[in-house]
Amino acid sequence: MSADVVIVPTGLANTASIVAAFRRLGAETRLAERADEISDAGAVVMPGVGAFGAAVERIDAAGWREPLTERIADGRPTLAVCLGLQLLFDESEESPGASGLGVIPGTATRLPDNVTVPQLGWNRVAVDTESRFVEPGWAYFANSYRVESVPEGWEGTTADHGGAFVSTIERGDVLACQFHPELSGTWGSDLLRRWLDGTRGGS
Amino acid sequence: MAAPRVIPCLDVDAGRVVKGVRFQGLRDAGDPVTQAALYQEQGGDEIVILDVSATPEGRGHAVDTTSSVREVLSIPLTVGGGVRSTDDAQALLEAGADKVAVNSAAVDRPELIGEIAQQFGSQCTVLAVDAARRENGGWEVVVNGGRTRTGIDVEQWVRVATDLGAGEILLTSWDRDGTRSGYDLDLLAAVSCSVRVPVIASGGADTAEHLGQALEAGASAALIASILHDGVTTVSSLKKELLASGFEVRP
Repeated sequence: MSADVVIVPTGLANTASIVAAFRRLGAETRLAERADEISDAGAVVMPGVGAFGAAVERIDAAGWREPLTERIADGRPTLAVCLGLQLLFDESEESPGASGLGVIPGTATRLPDNVTVPQLGWNRVAVDTESRFVEPGWAYFANSYRVESVPEGWEGTTADHGGAFVSTIERGDVLACQFHPELSGTWGSDLLRRWLDGTRGGS
Repeated sequence: MAAPRVIPCLDVDAGRVVKGVRFQGLRDAGDPVTQAALYQEQGGDEIVILDVSATPEGRGHAVDTTSSVREVLSIPLTVGGGVRSTDDAQALLEAGADKVAVNSAAVDRPELIGEIAQQFGSQCTVLAVDAARRENGGWEVVVNGGRTRTGIDVEQWVRVATDLGAGEILLTSWDRDGTRSGYDLDLLAAVSCSVRVPVIASGGADTAEHLGQALEAGASAALIASILHDGVTTVSSLKKELLASGFEVRP
């Protein structure tokens, strides 16, 4: 299997940070161009930033929907970051009518009116259940939308910004983070390392 | 709630960190990569780099500085100064900035805010505003290092900018910048009430008490520069004091 981490370029804004974070861990990254690279990769990162609808368009235009959906459904090593987590669901209030990957039923909703939106900053991640990857700590978030509860069949952690919301979900070797592990300091870097180490050989 | 942030800021001129008072009299304060890594180590929640180069040659260093700093930084990086187009923004984001700050170019052409937000997302579109007190009350936007008063009302401008897609306001008091006399708390309160996006307080910090005052006035984050560069204090000791005063910063 390849030690390479294949990045799905759904947007541009945080790709360089993801690349640098994996490089510091000694893992090489490359950007996916073809759909089969996503199917064949040992590990895939979906570093979504920007709008839900735009990312969905990009995924469909490039033919990435099927290989992504398949590997996530199969629990193969896949890391979804920020918007990437929301893309696993059916839809988002951000882009009504746009179809997410739909691996998990549900809708991402906008953060409530009584807090600053977007949430930009560090927040506590609470780990109430078993997690292979996530330890309690401080993570860096940059989001206006969120998923409100951990879906059935997945393990998850939560944080609080005007109410509890989902900070991570995991199943098999799939880990989705609402925060940015690549921007969450040593804690985030340790999380990326656990995911990389824990999922190596998983394909 | 997301924790209040303490954000070290590096003013960079032709690839070197500089610091001046009221945007004037710049002094060399070191290498941006070393400084950024040090402030990250001390517990800085993000790093802001503002390119203050007066010449196009100097500004040419901004992309290189961004990618060098990115290599060592595992916390968010905002880069501003001289961003005049979506191409400028893209170059900085590709080099490793997580957010870009627009300032005078957005004053000249407010649509720029919407263009950047549309293409890259509001979460990476920061509006930097330099605000100067007006004699008859309120604040107006100043540009060109404070030399040009635009007559634009600051509270109105931040509302326009957030409607266009700005996801964060970096609010510098021109009157207080570099003076170490505390943030302009009235300005912070007025702007925080005008928008729902996070507001970063900038200009005038000297003590942890000043940072706490800014957070109480409504800021989500406090920017600090000269007190760090001059070795007056460290991010870690400021955060310790804030924690002791009951502010739930990231330890």
